[in-house]
Amino acid sequence: MNGNHLLELARNVVKQAQAAGATDAECTIAEGEEFSASVRMREVENLKEAGSRGAGLRILIGRKTGASSTSDLSSEGVAHLVKSAIELADITSEDPQAGLPDDDEFGAIAGDLGLYSEDVPGLDPGLKIDTAKRAEEAALSADPRIFNSEGASFDNYVGRHLFANSRGFAGEYRSSYCSLSTSPVARDGESMERDYWFTLARGFAGLEAPEDVGRMAAKRALRRLNAVKVPTQKVPVVFEPRTARSLLDNVFEAVHGMSIYRHESFLAGKLGEKIAAACVTLVDDGTLPGLFGTSPFDDEGVPSRRTVVIDHGVLKSYLMNTYAARKLGMKTTGNASRGLTGNAGIGHGNFFVEKGVQTPEEMIAGIPNGFYVTELMGFGVNIVTGDYSRGAAGLWIRDGELAFAVSEVTIAGNLSEMLLGLEAIGSDLEFRGSVAAPTLKIGEMTVGGK
Amino acid sequence: MQFSDSIFAVRFGITRHDLEAYLAEALSHGGDYADLYFEYLLTSGMSIDESMVKSAAQGVSMGVGIRVIAGERTGYAYSDDLSPEKIRKAAHVAAYIASGPAKVDKFDLNEGVRHNLYPVLTAPTETAFAERVELVKRADRAARAYDSRIFQVQAIYADNLRYVLVATSDGVLTMDRQPLARLSVSALARENGGVPQRGHAGGGGRVELDFFKEKTPEHFATEAAREAIVMLDAVNAPAGEMTVVLGPGWPGILLHEAVGHGLEADFNRKGVSAFSGRMGQKVASELCTIIDDGTINSRRGSLNVDDEGNATRRNVLIENGVLRGYLQDKLSSTLMNEAPTGSGRRESYAHIPMPRMTNTFMLAGESDPEEIIRSVPKGLYCVNFGGGQVDITSGNFVFSASESYLIEDGKLTRPVRNATLIGNGPEALKYVSMVGNDLRLDEGIGVCGKEGQSVPVGVGIPTIKIDRMTVGGTA
Repeated sequence: MNGNHLLELARNVVKQAQAAGATDAECTIAEGEEFSASVRMREVENLKEAGSRGAGLRILIGRKTGASSTSDLSSEGVAHLVKSAIELADITSEDPQAGLPDDDEFGAIAGDLGLYSEDVPGLDPGLKIDTAKRAEEAALSADPRIFNSEGASFDNYVGRHLFANSRGFAGEYRSSYCSLSTSPVARDGESMERDYWFTLARGFAGLEAPEDVGRMAAKRALRRLNAVKVPTQKVPVVFEPRTARSLLDNVFEAVHGMSIYRHESFLAGKLGEKIAAACVTLVDDGTLPGLFGTSPFDDEGVPSRRTVVIDHGVLKSYLMNTYAARKLGMKTTGNASRGLTGNAGIGHGNFFVEKGVQTPEEMIAGIPNGFYVTELMGFGVNIVTGDYSRGAAGLWIRDGELAFAVSEVTIAGNLSEMLLGLEAIGSDLEFRGSVAAPTLKIGEMTVGGK
Repeated sequence: MQFSDSIFAVRFGITRHDLEAYLAEALSHGGDYADLYFEYLLTSGMSIDESMVKSAAQGVSMGVGIRVIAGERTGYAYSDDLSPEKIRKAAHVAAYIASGPAKVDKFDLNEGVRHNLYPVLTAPTETAFAERVELVKRADRAARAYDSRIFQVQAIYADNLRYVLVATSDGVLTMDRQPLARLSVSALARENGGVPQRGHAGGGGRVELDFFKEKTPEHFATEAAREAIVMLDAVNAPAGEMTVVLGPGWPGILLHEAVGHGLEADFNRKGVSAFSGRMGQKVASELCTIIDDGTINSRRGSLNVDDEGNATRRNVLIENGVLRGYLQDKLSSTLMNEAPTGSGRRESYAHIPMPRMTNTFMLAGESDPEEIIRSVPKGLYCVNFGGGQVDITSGNFVFSASESYLIEDGKLTRPVRNATLIGNGPEALKYVSMVGNDLRLDEGIGVCGKEGQSVPVGVGIPTIKIDRMTVGGTA
């Protein structure tokens, strides 16, 4: 089935829902093909290939809602989809804020956003396997202490996303990606550690060299060897970009419009206030060509855009869909997100901290005693209170240099204090996914150890 | 249920002969083994927020996953279209992994005897929506009625009904009908405009809707509200090594993270687990016997057959502190030349199976739980947790306490704020010095993630005392 046909189908589902009594309707259709090749210890381990598609419908009858989804796009399947959504409106409540976006909100960014690369669909399976093998080989041969491997995998995807609603919006876009990752295991005496590294891009040509991925993965696994547990103490903590990204994930949850109207975020009610150090500017931008948080329109048919969330430490905006915006008396920021169906949730575009001027080395150089965090574990972040306590591993900073590996410790603080305590922001911002952060330094946190 | 009565035969017209033909196609390029996993899944869910039922959704999805194993290599393809042409095409793609003449060409599919662990006549998914939506409405009312300081309540009810059929080139032909339901409640409390605190509770299983007559919405709602109110008085958690006492039930997540994942056979076959090569060695105190049991009636983690068609079992992982067994799937058990343990699971037809846990728990000991707390001069008593995570290779694991109390001179004193506990799998349980007589299984809310696949699981534990564990607070 080609894209035009699917968009027609989406419009048709909306019409059938209206004919069945819906006062408004939104239909999402997604189809995609995935391929995955993994190798381990230089041999092919798994090959996986498949295509799938599905449709979702959300309807309103007045201010009551219902939703349904199906993987059966036959006419019987669609009839069942419509009936399923309509009958659920009987059990939901009148919600004064429920509804589609205002008519003047709909639209899509024009032009090519670089989300789809022609080189992905026709990629030779042999080339994919070979690419994975090269990455693993580079890791295995990097050092004699790399003695084992969890393998390497090459994944690619091409898909099409379509959305139509009862206000006349209909849009679609294609997307693609390729990714390559490898996970070597290092050993030295009793100490065994693994780590990973990866590259991803919209097209094959955008991937980093497999050898670079393998060598970086090996370097990361090796530097974790012979880790010790340090005594409990309060010290400056530096987050490398990979772990700094997870701090941004926490901040995203805290500026999430739904959490704000429910008062379940430590940032609720803080708009216009200084909530972070002046060096912090945090942006959500769904318009940057080729990146993984980019889309022409959000999952309510509202154009993606750039929103400054924190400007030099001051909280400027929450991220919202139509519903959260109405609850808060504001306007949607084009951040609606959902799977195939249901009320729209909230997602981010490209969510990043603007880079600073210091190199990571310069940031570390000024620290006599501190912790450089390369791995975070667990779910010990409470967005309601900001309480933060996670498992961590990394390298100890002694006299301005990375001195030895540390593991089986915790780092703890409170996100409010951590954001205000950001003392330095690195110059090393790069996008490896839709959330990106440079190296970040926080003045003081509690390291829990011996 | 016989194959001829299954939804796949009745609704989709699939015959035994078709199954044999698809297996033959999958093995047409050679290979040691092939299997077919058909799935038909009905899902529904509804939620309440601000005392309004704001969402309700239902869905249907179906598909077949086809796998070919040749040595250590796996070929996998799936189709969400159950027409013969699409299934044959998927079989052809899966066959790509193998090369050489076909080794297996005759399949004598036999329907074996199955457990009947969840004899549910009417699955919750098949009941009227009006009955189910009452559950979230009652939860909302009960949580708000618990205390005037409760100011936000959300309740989510979700269920599904999964029909599966597994046919293998080893001759296994099995079907199962797997119901699952869960109610979760979250409550926020606030006092005089201060910092809000959250409480969570929930439960369910492979049950009929009548389950919620015993474990009522009011029970879960009251529990969530109670936790939120308790946390209003919480002080900062301590930091560093100390004695930790875990309460019974859900704190069994310790076992899931500290030892369960590390004993999954795929990691051990590859030699990348901190437990690799330690079979028969002492990895816990002799007070610890740890079981993974997929055969407990009506439990969330139970299955009549695993997702490779093998009957689930009660597997002893650690016996009196000594490492006894791994959790196996088809691939690893074949390559390691060990018996399958009924632990091959997958999220859906679109996923390759791997060794997974079912219901993981520690057997009861002899200590009185109150005596355990009395024996601790200074420490932390943890009764409720959020999620956990483990690094298989180093063995380091974490789990996050959402409700815990300081123990001072053998008495529980102040509640403390969220703190992560961290330890090392093969070491942590050596410090278990007391095990209570109060084994309890969790209420049925667990979801386990591994390599991007989520499956429902259960845990359980009696009250235990761990003499040394690192607590990640700030005080």
